[in-house]
Amino acid sequence: MSTAVIAGVGVDLNEEGFFTDPNQWTREMAAEMAADDGIAELTPAHWTVIDFMRKEYFEKGTGPTVRVLGKTSGVTVKELYELFPKGPAKMAARISGIPKPKGCI
Amino acid sequence: MSPTTTNGDTITKVSIIISKGSLEGIYPGLIMANGARAEGIEANLFFTFFGLDAVHKTRIEHIKVATVGNPAMHIPTLLGSLPGMSALATHMMTKKMDELDIPPIHEFIEMISDTGCGLYLCKASVDMFGLTKDDFIEQAQEIITVGDFYDIAAGGQIIFT
Repeated sequence: MSTAVIAGVGVDLNEEGFFTDPNQWTREMAAEMAADDGIAELTPAHWTVIDFMRKEYFEKGTGPTVRVLGKTSGVTVKELYELFPKGPAKMAARISGIPKPKGCI
Repeated sequence: MSPTTTNGDTITKVSIIISKGSLEGIYPGLIMANGARAEGIEANLFFTFFGLDAVHKTRIEHIKVATVGNPAMHIPTLLGSLPGMSALATHMMTKKMDELDIPPIHEFIEMISDTGCGLYLCKASVDMFGLTKDDFIEQAQEIITVGDFYDIAAGGQIIFT
């Protein structure tokens, strides 16, 4: 675990760069983390995914699988990979401020 | 921390060969390819020999668990050979997988294709079974030679299943 400053605020991250406490996350931080990952601007479609991931995390205790994202987030699997080219598990969950989803699918 | 190999290099690309046509022979390769893409790892699937059933238009709907010659099924071989045993085992396993949110093979392959994973067919096997590109689902991109496969797999890890 390490501490990092994102959007001017100190937060706790694990060794892979995921938030250890999703409550420390703010929307401003998402934009900064996305920019670091090569996403120049978070579009409404990005936010659909981010909001969905956080909602699922707080309801179920783990982030959604790619299959669930594709079926119920309102964004298709194809779009999901276009929005987050480095992979939804890795990139989208990290930017959403939640731990890496636990599922294998 | 990114996925790393034993010598500390980051895994950035995998090419997975699926050579078996049973349920238990197909799923591991699919799960690995899908999981690679979710981690941002470039992935390709190469279907060869009986693995072609996994992308065959009609056979894809009838993939079954092998109940004979598999000690890990924990049923006697003679019992496993009875009519309907394979269908029964398949039914039980697919039901369990559905509960775990593991998609059926056809849906899974469509999803994997949508993740940007390459899906290729082995030319030698396609020819041997007397098949053509039309016999396969639309997600199967191309029939390629083993030489083409190595070109596509260049710079990454190769996994045979």
